Amino acid sequence: AFFWLVSLLLASLIWFVSVHLSDREDSRLQYALLIFGAAVSVLLQEAFRFAYFKLLKKADEGLATISEDGRSPISLRQMAYVSGLSFGIISGVFSVINILADSIGPGVVGIHGDSPYYFITSAFLTMALVLLHTFWGVIFFDACERRRYWCLGLVVASHLLTSGLTFLNPRYEASLVPIFIITLGTGAWAFLTAGGSLHNILKCLSCK
Amino acid sequence: MTELSAHLPQFQHGQLTENFPDNHLSNANDTSERRHHDNSERRRNDNPESETNGQPQNNIQQVVEQDEEDEELTLKYGAKHVIMLFVPVTLCMVVVVATIKSVSFYTRKDGQLIYTPFTEETETVGQRALNSILNAAIMISVIIVMTILLVVLYKYRCYKVIHGWLIISSLLLLFFFSFIYLGEVFKTYNVAMDYITVALIIWNFGVVGMICIHWKGPLRLQQAYLIMISALMALVFIKYLPEWTAWLILAVISVYDLVAVLCPKGPLRMLVETAQERNETLFPALIYSSTMIWLVNMAEEDPEAQRKASKNSTYDKQAPANQTQNEDAEADDGGFSQEWQQQRDNRIGPIESTPESRAAVQALPRNSQTSEDPEERGVKLGLGDFIFYSVLVGKASATASGDWNTTLACFVAILIGLCLTLLLLAIFKKALPALPISITFGLVFYFATDNLVQPFMDQLAFHQFYI
Repeated sequence: AFFWLVSLLLASLIWFVSVHLSDREDSRLQYALLIFGAAVSVLLQEAFRFAYFKLLKKADEGLATISEDGRSPISLRQMAYVSGLSFGIISGVFSVINILADSIGPGVVGIHGDSPYYFITSAFLTMALVLLHTFWGVIFFDACERRRYWCLGLVVASHLLTSGLTFLNPRYEASLVPIFIITLGTGAWAFLTAGGSLHNILKCLSCK
Repeated sequence: MTELSAHLPQFQHGQLTENFPDNHLSNANDTSERRHHDNSERRRNDNPESETNGQPQNNIQQVVEQDEEDEELTLKYGAKHVIMLFVPVTLCMVVVVATIKSVSFYTRKDGQLIYTPFTEETETVGQRALNSILNAAIMISVIIVMTILLVVLYKYRCYKVIHGWLIISSLLLLFFFSFIYLGEVFKTYNVAMDYITVALIIWNFGVVGMICIHWKGPLRLQQAYLIMISALMALVFIKYLPEWTAWLILAVISVYDLVAVLCPKGPLRMLVETAQERNETLFPALIYSSTMIWLVNMAEEDPEAQRKASKNSTYDKQAPANQTQNEDAEADDGGFSQEWQQQRDNRIGPIESTPESRAAVQALPRNSQTSEDPEERGVKLGLGDFIFYSVLVGKASATASGDWNTTLACFVAILIGLCLTLLLLAIFKKALPALPISITFGLVFYFATDNLVQPFMDQLAFHQFYI
């Protein structure tokens, strides 16, 4: 969570500087800068995820050397899950908590001509994003571990794609549906990466 | 926490070999000495056989294994203690933020304390800056004076004065402040209440609090009371300190904390060393401790060993710092520190065994143990740390434009700072200031989030972009 926050800080610093250096009045430029800022933020998030992976790897080695049986008590998979989850939680919380706080207060949604479905779509998008971060964490760590760099590139690309799809809001059909499809796909991919399979699911469901 | 492992081997070995003559520095030294003793004894025991076998390396092997085991245990328990401290710090912050968000009393400007006489409602920015610097300077000097006074009193064993001071302050806090708090909460939620019920509630709350904090009580209840009074104190600070003064005070106090604990002539360090020399615990009422010392094991030992054993525990924050803050908060306030110190002194004698889950005394004298029990240390954090963390987060939630984002960012920053501090504690094994790292992170994140991140997130949320 801390690492995600630092990445967000750096990204907003870049955006802030760029906004101040540019023309405030031109709204198209501001819009473009916002998109630029968002893209930079995505790239920075992934960079920090990588940095966190390196840190955890070192810690893992340390733990392994001092433990009795030569293996660390926390597996890398668990660490991947936890790191993805925490990235997701902090990202989701940052995205949605102000909206939640405002939703208690008096007001009408979309009275100025915006979509009246703002709250509910925000909720769904945040949920998708949290899940996606978790899945990306698992896939990312696994890809770094096995040095499959194409997987890494795919994760970054899908993050960029997801973020880009949100730019299509408020045309919710165009953004929500693809994002959910991406979420399901990434979820299945992460599940397979973590070693699951149809066989495992069946075994789990039949409670053997 | 895991990076610790790389450093620990060298450090441990260093400690074992070099610090043997320094008996009184810290419990960690004691334990390593004890381990050294263990190992040397084992060596001595094994020597006859090894000599006949002609293999002196066995003993070294045992020593090495022993060390690794201890390191691993240290790490495991270290990680557990981080969690044990996260919970109360989080609880305190949650209480403070919840109160600030709901009860408007604590965000209304109703004047200032006499310790901060200069107002911040000035015409020019320069004037405001000057006033806040002066306010902070006055506050800090009051705190320094109080701390030195406390150390002097402690050194010259004026325990009665300290007792009285502490009792008055905690009386004030438990009765008066909580009465005001309760009144404001009732006002906010428009609850009809009569004085008799309130009197009963406050009376019970206060008396049980006094007993728990100054005498004996269940560990959880004592921890709960300490969290509550820290939250009350933090709320008072948030209400009565003007903006710039508050941030300045936070910054200066973490610098002061660093200096006072680490410099050889720092008052807090002297306090800690004096307490260690006299083999007394350091203010159990002014310090939040995560475990209670469990003495069931030691029933058969002589009382002196028992007393000795109970003294040594890891502490990473000095009590006086928070005492001085506490006492400075109110004009009539005599100072909580005395009271709590006092309470500590009362605790020196009898220690009760609590139904706490297994927490072996870390400084058990060696002759009592035939087996190597994993030594679980309770981590202690001074109440002043709780208070200042909560002040930072509370101020962030009260005055930030980014609202919840800023509050959360400060919260995460403080917890990470606490983590790092505990890591350093595990490495250095002596009393460390808990404020500097956390407050620095918290301040950096507050200003950065408020000014940089918040407009960015705002714009993104406006267009419903997600990153």
